[in-house]
Amino acid sequence: MNSEKKAIWVFGDYRNYFQNRVTLQLLSRARELAVKIDAEVCAVVFGYWTDEWVNDALSHNPTFSGVVGEYIAHGADMVYLTDHPRLAAYSMETYVLLMERLAKREKPDMILIGATTFGREFASRVAKRLGTGLSADCIGLEINEEGLLVQRAPFFGGNLVAEIVTPVRRPQMVTVRPGTFQEIPHDPLRTGKVVKVPLPKELPADRVRLIRAEQHLPRGRKIEDAKVVVCGGRGMGSKKKFQKLFELAELLNGEVGATRPVVYADWADHDALIGQAGKHIKPQILFSFGISGAIQHTASCNDAKFIIAINKNPNAAMMKKADVAIVADASQFCTALIQELKRCIR
Amino acid sequence: MVSELPWDPATGTLRRELAEGMINPACRAALEAALRIREAEGGEITAITMGPRMAEEVLREAIALGADRGVLLSDPKMSGADTSATSFTLARAIEQACPGFDMVLCGFATSDSETAQVGPQLAEELKIPGVGYVDEISVSGRTVRMQRLADNFLETLEMDLPGLITVTSGANVPRHVPMGGLQAAFDSADIVTLDAASLGLDPERIGVKGSATKIVNVTSPMAGKKNIVLTGTPKRIVDQLFERFDDKIGGAIGKDLKRDKQKS
Repeated sequence: MNSEKKAIWVFGDYRNYFQNRVTLQLLSRARELAVKIDAEVCAVVFGYWTDEWVNDALSHNPTFSGVVGEYIAHGADMVYLTDHPRLAAYSMETYVLLMERLAKREKPDMILIGATTFGREFASRVAKRLGTGLSADCIGLEINEEGLLVQRAPFFGGNLVAEIVTPVRRPQMVTVRPGTFQEIPHDPLRTGKVVKVPLPKELPADRVRLIRAEQHLPRGRKIEDAKVVVCGGRGMGSKKKFQKLFELAELLNGEVGATRPVVYADWADHDALIGQAGKHIKPQILFSFGISGAIQHTASCNDAKFIIAINKNPNAAMMKKADVAIVADASQFCTALIQELKRCIR
Repeated sequence: MVSELPWDPATGTLRRELAEGMINPACRAALEAALRIREAEGGEITAITMGPRMAEEVLREAIALGADRGVLLSDPKMSGADTSATSFTLARAIEQACPGFDMVLCGFATSDSETAQVGPQLAEELKIPGVGYVDEISVSGRTVRMQRLADNFLETLEMDLPGLITVTSGANVPRHVPMGGLQAAFDSADIVTLDAASLGLDPERIGVKGSATKIVNVTSPMAGKKNIVLTGTPKRIVDQLFERFDDKIGGAIGKDLKRDKQKS
């Protein structure tokens, strides 16, 4: 189809559009990468009634609607679209098969996929089918002198970042952590091409059957997006003392996070869990109260821009990671901080 | 249970968790799930890991917890494998060491590299259905029902066996290792070690050679952090903190922190 021109593909993960705009963020980065290797940016969308999604975007664009219009307005030159009732719900095996077939036919140079729960499993399977490499949960993408995609992937709990390339195999594939890149503002005048890809006739039934899916929207403000997070561990001393963190968070316009032992001890809800199997946070300031810093927890705090840790033990791992390490009783310091904030916030 | 425990491709050294002989939390939750399924449905549990000889400790821990036997995949030729080469190696080992298996349970991710890629890629290699990030499992005959929270959707899924499940670390609270079991696991554990040759693996498809990705550099985002240490009474520290960082804190919370500069 596009015989000479290289292509950078972005998987259109629209299901969580209103919570997670990672697809738009990837389109934005794809545009910047495309300039360097002279490529076009393509979004790939599988779904049903995809023009019903994102209705506010529809009215702006006279030609394109729904997800397709939104992706073009945010940077896609082309959208591959398979729209069919079979694709009404996200379905791993079918989506993998569609992506595999399309990628084998069109041979993109890169495929960028948002590191959502679905995206990470989807990408793993697609990479396997295409016989290529995949870097997980990248926090940076660059093009090096040889024109290769440098995939910056955190490992060892984010204490280290590996720069990975896929020298030979194609496409170069990555999943990218939501929030890593800034989306381009919606431009209703941008235009692009839509290529409709029919559903294959001999599509096998999924071996994994979806019995039920309920949308579970996180209640209240989201800790993942909070600018200030006040996180507490066992070092707070007791459930009662832990409650002070909520008062502090209120003063700081922040959210309260908790470690696994604290959640298990029922000092905080599971919703507040920061760490493996919990939330991943990226606040401007993280206050870490009485947390020793097990890697399962700290791995989810590495994107905090500035960490203030409070612990009686100056050698705790969290204290070593912190920008400011405060050697004090976490609960007492919390009280002192609350008093001072009440005095000086006007 | 399969646990992804590669050694460090850059230096050839062990990763820390491994040296400490600890099963990844998520892999431990997977083992716990396996133990509960065995309690209800019967069966035999094989713990499999890939890594250097020392990874045998992980298998002993698994056996102490109740696994029936362990299989260690260890060969310098397997080292430096990316997730694709790892899943290829594990799949061939499972086919040989566990013919006719019913279920493969994996931790959803390791705590060192956290890619969460090996489980799904292993399902692809074994050509069996698979579901990732599972919180709850119930088995009824040849059908497994699973629940998971995926991208704000609480999903209930079903598949027929054989199948693969990756388990979140929040899924099941794992049991403790019984001391007696630990002793027995060290005295008389049923552990076999397999290398590339005994598995008949093409050296071009495993380890560094079989990996499509290549690490060209490793950096530390921690470098350049100052790590300022403050000590004293809580009141004094709060004063110091505000003196030095009032702009930073005020900026983040969107409020102006007006302090009287004169000290009390």
